[in-house]
Amino acid sequence: MNKYIPHTAKDLQEMLAACGVTSVEELFSDVPKNVLFQREYDLPKGQSELEVIEKIERLSQQNHSNMIPFVGAGAYDHYVPTIIKPLTSRSEFATSYTPYQPEVSQGTLTYIFEFQTMMSRLFDLPVANASMYDAFTAAAEAAMMMNAVTKRNIVYVASTVHPSYLKVIKTYARFRGFQVLELPEKSGRTDIQASLSLVNDSVSGVIVQSPNYYGLVEDVTALSNKLHEHKSLMTLAVNPLPFAILKTPGEMNVDIVVGDAQPFGIGLNYGGPYIGFVVSTDALVRKLPGRIVGETVDVDGKRAYVLTLRAREQDIRRDKATSNICSNQSLNVLAASIFLSTMGPQGLIEMATQNYQKAHYAFDQITSLPGFSKVYDDDFFNEFVVQTPLSYSVVKEALEKEHMVPGVDLGDGKILFCVTEKRTKLQIDHLVDVLGGLAQ
Amino acid sequence: MSDIRQEFRYSKEHEWIRVEGNVGIIGITDFAQHELGEIVYIELPAVGDTFQAHAQFGTVESVKAASDLFIPVGGKVIATNNDVEDAPDAINTTPYDAWMIKIEINDSSELDKLMSADEYKAYTS
Repeated sequence: MNKYIPHTAKDLQEMLAACGVTSVEELFSDVPKNVLFQREYDLPKGQSELEVIEKIERLSQQNHSNMIPFVGAGAYDHYVPTIIKPLTSRSEFATSYTPYQPEVSQGTLTYIFEFQTMMSRLFDLPVANASMYDAFTAAAEAAMMMNAVTKRNIVYVASTVHPSYLKVIKTYARFRGFQVLELPEKSGRTDIQASLSLVNDSVSGVIVQSPNYYGLVEDVTALSNKLHEHKSLMTLAVNPLPFAILKTPGEMNVDIVVGDAQPFGIGLNYGGPYIGFVVSTDALVRKLPGRIVGETVDVDGKRAYVLTLRAREQDIRRDKATSNICSNQSLNVLAASIFLSTMGPQGLIEMATQNYQKAHYAFDQITSLPGFSKVYDDDFFNEFVVQTPLSYSVVKEALEKEHMVPGVDLGDGKILFCVTEKRTKLQIDHLVDVLGGLAQ
Repeated sequence: MSDIRQEFRYSKEHEWIRVEGNVGIIGITDFAQHELGEIVYIELPAVGDTFQAHAQFGTVESVKAASDLFIPVGGKVIATNNDVEDAPDAINTTPYDAWMIKIEINDSSELDKLMSADEYKAYTS
């Protein structure tokens, strides 16, 4: 008997007897035979802790942990301030699940409220939820919100979004019975003029991404206004960072903002978990998915925080609820709240500006190389597409040899690069040198 | 003992309807508001929307639960009560004055299928 496997044979027999069966096989007899794993498990023999640690260390040495990323497309290599880890690791924040009992959860409720406040101010829209799983499911939730509010079932999605947006929204649409159509594209952006003519009284709303998949900034003001004429809604899917310096969704008359706050102190984390969010106008608060924390006063008149507008949620509204999300990414909300508090509004502006400037420096350098040209205009944030006659595998191999991760292969010789504030001029110049060497 | 108005008719889902000519004025009963508790929000249809009898026309949310509102007879919405939307606690304090929607009744014979005050009294006791 292993000390990590607590059940003795006697324990098992007692539990089986309590269930009125004689064997584990009998307990699972309702599961069809053809889906049961019927062979012996092909597992190695148990090993000592020391042996396992040595094995894992050998494996971890095969990681390329010294690679310098020039890739983004939804997962961004930003600086994570040192203060985040020791604060999020404090025992008061352990098991930071959504707090049902406000009388014992004021710390958790306070940081969620602060997260909501900071997201709301960043986007210039009044209401934010306590977070979602990720940007893509948040966008699908926005589609369902727009359908619920307008009582319509046609959602247009820009064709310049990250491909996962379209895939996830279509997956939800299949089971929630709404139609997903694509908006036309022109030079890497949503063709606004052509899109305006598609808006009519049967459209629930539109989802556009900015900066879009190609890094380009999209101005949706005209589209928002046209949608409102038809009582339809505008959702903007975003990387939140550039909105420290860009025209805000509020200024563009956007109704719903969704996105991923991964750039705010979360780190790459091998792809997740990240932190989706939904921010909206006051008018839509009853259809906003997920938890919302509100500020109130306790019996002594002192400031206190509670979960609010609970009757929207599925555990109360059951099948009539707009969303089945009754949770949030609380630990990542904490990290993002600490990040935003540490940076402050001015720090965030500086960070966004550095991303913009460094990416534009890299863009200018790469597109002046022979064999590399620009594809779209330069109104982008920290990602851009370049065109090359070189094959992607040649570029990838050359960069990886120099410990750099290349941008995403978009096909047809197009590569999507990303440059964050973490990249130094030396690193960018080295990238340009290696690419320049290939073009000779 | 909840308050029941003699001149109104009642549905099994606890809506009342008062009839003026061809217009039906609809709200929820004192019994219903008492069961729901403190009402914090109501969601009403748009003027011009039409409903078959017993279709869901809106939602009422209390601190305890969210419940659907069902129309007692079919018709077209000609007015919604914005005052009650803004201050839904009026449904708790004066349920028979806090009407929710006014409709143009499609078929007045549907009224006969609803309960009288006495029948509703028996139904809720």
